[in-house]
Amino acid sequence: MKNQYSKWQLIWLVTLRVVIGWHFLYEGVVKVTNPNWSSVSYLLDSEGLLKGFFYRLAANPNILKIIDFSNVCGLIAIGMGLMLGAFSRIALWAGIILLFFYYLSHPAFVGLKYALPMEGSYLIVNKVLIELIALIVLSLFPTSKIIGLDRFIFTKKN
Amino acid sequence: MGESNSTENKSKDQNKIGRREILKGLATVPLIGAFLYAWYRKRKYDNLIKSAIQEEVKLNYENPVLNRKVSNEKQIRLGIIGTGSRGRALLKAAGFLSPEIIDDWIESSKESGSDKRYAEFLEQDDLNVVVNGVCDIFDVNAERGLNACANIFRKDSEGDMGTKPKRYKNYKELIAADDIDAVIIATPDHWHGTITIDAARAGKHVYCEKPMTWTVEETYEVVKAVKDNDIVFQLGHQNRQTESYFKAKQAFEKNILGKVNLIEVTTNRNDPNGAWVYPIDEEAGRHNIDWDQFIGPAPHHQFSLERFFRWRCWWDYSTGLSGDLFTHEYDAMNQILSLGIPHSAVASGGIYYYKDGRTVPDVLQMVFEYPKKDLSLMYSASLASNKRRGRLIMGHDAYMEVGANLRIFADSGSTKYRDKIEDGIIDPSLPIYTYTPGLKQVDAITSPTEQYFAGRGLLYTYRGGKRIDTSHLHIKDWLDAIRSDSQPSCNVDLGFEEAMTAHMGTIAYREKRKVFWDEENQKIV
Repeated sequence: MKNQYSKWQLIWLVTLRVVIGWHFLYEGVVKVTNPNWSSVSYLLDSEGLLKGFFYRLAANPNILKIIDFSNVCGLIAIGMGLMLGAFSRIALWAGIILLFFYYLSHPAFVGLKYALPMEGSYLIVNKVLIELIALIVLSLFPTSKIIGLDRFIFTKKN
Repeated sequence: MGESNSTENKSKDQNKIGRREILKGLATVPLIGAFLYAWYRKRKYDNLIKSAIQEEVKLNYENPVLNRKVSNEKQIRLGIIGTGSRGRALLKAAGFLSPEIIDDWIESSKESGSDKRYAEFLEQDDLNVVVNGVCDIFDVNAERGLNACANIFRKDSEGDMGTKPKRYKNYKELIAADDIDAVIIATPDHWHGTITIDAARAGKHVYCEKPMTWTVEETYEVVKAVKDNDIVFQLGHQNRQTESYFKAKQAFEKNILGKVNLIEVTTNRNDPNGAWVYPIDEEAGRHNIDWDQFIGPAPHHQFSLERFFRWRCWWDYSTGLSGDLFTHEYDAMNQILSLGIPHSAVASGGIYYYKDGRTVPDVLQMVFEYPKKDLSLMYSASLASNKRRGRLIMGHDAYMEVGANLRIFADSGSTKYRDKIEDGIIDPSLPIYTYTPGLKQVDAITSPTEQYFAGRGLLYTYRGGKRIDTSHLHIKDWLDAIRSDSQPSCNVDLGFEEAMTAHMGTIAYREKRKVFWDEENQKIV
């Protein structure tokens, strides 16, 4: 891939990709190392239009197991993918979908209240939404084929 | 020569490009190493703090073993006296629920997947009991009780029913029945003592709702009747089955709190139902209520639907806040700290919100002194404010919040934890120990989100979708005691302590004086 970015553009795009990857990876890793972690309380704290949907997910122990497992694996895989720049496109879109679900279950809409305390003040826009949009931006300004393992994975052999 | 030179240069360049390629491709790989190193450091730090705290708080996270293992092969034949809402709740705890309620629950679970009440009821253990007699002096409630007892297959109204047990119009006939081994008493307070005494004399085992008695005098009689007739008596304080209270007891016994000097327990409610203004059944009237039997040992009063359904509002039938709600708090504290009967009691309060003709207060404060234990037990209640204040056990080194969960916080002025607080290992604003039933290890290291949910008890209630009714465990505990000829968890001696403590508070309030317990003569003076 031809590098069309300036040096500083490239540095900060890669940095953004790496720090979001770092965040995903750590969120995944803490859940793996905590034998008690489950998404159940987060799901049951859901509000908004899809509240009932998330409640139903939480009510079924088998579905819950699948959600817990895929959430943890997803977080780690997305985190590694973004940090290393490997299969970035898939990692970016998987991350966007995952964050979209987080946002849907806890949208920062007027009138919705959560048991889970927020660490800041949000009106519609919260940090999940910002991270989600940052991933969309990264998908439009890809860097993994310049700095990242995708350079090897997707290099056409001439 | 010139050609070979240029080839050499080209391959050098290619090597350079190749190396640069590789470097660019792998540029972020070292960051994974940095991540792992940072993570390792964090884990090490967390474990250091955790082990330093655990050095002080030698309390594990294992679930305490609650119930003894007793074979339930032998079927126990029950009778129930009083099938109002509490009586029917106890029937449910014993495995009997009316098909109409099951219909509602099934309907509601279809609407919302989170309604697991019916599924949980089906999962509730079979206690191998049968109900052979139902007594209620209100025909409608009696019929509801009979319907529940006949539903032996736990089905909705489409399902098969068993035969209805016999209905008794007078409790004396029920306790005289040969096909009944044990009775559940869920009548108004003014009948608890009298029926328990009669049942014990008839050789029936008794599960009686709290408070144990309505008057001081009958308290002695109950103890005597239970012991003389060698029956198994269980008082209905189902908190005895709450896991976090067992942990709280362990924490107290391991001296994690230091010297306990003040206990604060509270009641807060703010709705008519919570203030005992229960709905009056539309079908009720003189024709289907045995008013004379209702009055029983109480002073005579003309027929009153209000008094019949809202009996908790009058001293004539009730023990007020002290007997109805403080007893829950007291028994929990007695379970954790083995308090016994206090040396003295003072009380004050009044009817400040519900000016509906009631005689019992809706705001009440009571303070009990335990000079031998160097501590005070303070109770404060309001039926017209929902501000939740919880239960606090305060010691010099730490305080404990006891509810469905248990949280222990080090005290900033603690002697025992001073060094660790100064070293920044213990933070007095974070719990040094959190116990959430069904969960292992929610501690200072766990994420704030989890600590928050654990504190609210959300995790327990829904974890794995299974929630066990403590009343079910308490009935089971009673049946196990009958089958193994042993003592249940809230026996008559503990009931005596509960009743006397509650009576001391009530007398202090009603007679506006400080009341003492004469330990030698076992009397309130």
